[in-house]
Amino acid sequence: MAAPVCLEYRIEGNDFMVAGAASNNIKNTLKMLGISSSVCTRVAIIAYEAEINLVIHGGGGVLKAEITEDRVKLTAEDEGPGIADIEKAMTEGFSTATEYAREMGFGAGMGLPNIKKNSDEFNIESEVGKGTRLYSTVFFNKQ
Amino acid sequence: MNLQEMASLLDAKCISNDCDLSNIVINHAYACDLMSDVLAFCTPGTLLLTGLTNVQIVRTAQMLDIPAVVFVRGKVPLDETIQLAKDNNLPVLLTNHTLFEACGILYEKGMKPISRDREI
Ligand SMILES: Nc1ncnc2c1ncn2[C@@H]1O[C@H](COP(=O)(O)OP(=O)(O)O)[C@@H](O)[C@H]1O
Ligand SMILES: [Mg+2]
Repeated sequence: MAAPVCLEYRIEGNDFMVAGAASNNIKNTLKMLGISSSVCTRVAIIAYEAEINLVIHGGGGVLKAEITEDRVKLTAEDEGPGIADIEKAMTEGFSTATEYAREMGFGAGMGLPNIKKNSDEFNIESEVGKGTRLYSTVFFNKQ
Repeated sequence: MNLQEMASLLDAKCISNDCDLSNIVINHAYACDLMSDVLAFCTPGTLLLTGLTNVQIVRTAQMLDIPAVVFVRGKVPLDETIQLAKDNNLPVLLTNHTLFEACGILYEKGMKPISRDREI
C-alpha cells in the first residue's frame, strides 16, 4: 500500500438508525485490503464502541480511520459534555447512559474498557464542557 | 446444527435472502440484550439470541461476523432492522419462545456456549 488511506465520517448525535454504518465501512475497507479477520474484528469493535459513544454521550462528532502499511489509527472526536473522571469512566460497569440508550442495548459501561483491551495503543483526552478525543491504534502484524 | 433445524426446533419464522437454510451451520450461541456485552464476550461466527430488535442488533452482528440472529418473545422487528439484515445477507429467526426457552431448546439439541476466553 503506497499512500495512507484516510476515512472520515461525521456521526450524528442520538441517531440510532445510522449509527454503526461508519464502523462497518472501516471494517469492510480493512477486509478489502486483505487485513486478517481477527484484526478486522478488533478494529470493528473499537470503532463501533467509539462511534456509539459519539452518538449516546458526545452529541455527535467525527470518527476517523487512517490506514497505513502496518496499522490503523482510529480517532473519535466530539465537542460534547466531556468526561469529568476518566479513570472512573474506564471502569467496567460505570455508565451515565440514558434510559433510551439502554433500551437500544448500550449503557453497560463496557465500551471504553473493551476499546482499550482491543487496542495496541490507546489514549483518551477530555475536558468538561469542551469535548472528548479518543485515539486507538491497532497494528496488523501483532496478534 | 443448521439454520433449518434451528428454525423448526424453535417454531421460528425465518427472514432470509438465502433459500437453503441448511447450508448455514452454527455450533455456538450467545444470548444477551446488552450489545456492549456481545461485543465484549461473543466470538465471531456465533449465533446471537436476543430480545432487542432495533437496527443496532444487526450492526453488532456485522461487527462480529455473526452468521444469524434469533429474536425471541414474539418481538416484531422494525422494518429498518429487517431491511438492514437483508442488505447484509443476515438471516433472522423470529420465535415466540422466551429467551430462556429458546436457549434451553437449542442447548438440549447440542448447541454449545462460546468458549470462555476469547482470543483477541
Ligand atoms: N464521548 C464521550 N463524551 C462524554 N462522556 C463519555 C464519552 N464516552 C464515554 N463517556 C463517559 O464514560 C462512560 C463509560 O463509557 P463506556 O465504557 O463506553 O460505557 P457506556 O457507553 O455503556 O456508558 C459513559 O457512561 C460516559 O459517562
Ligand atoms: Mg459506550
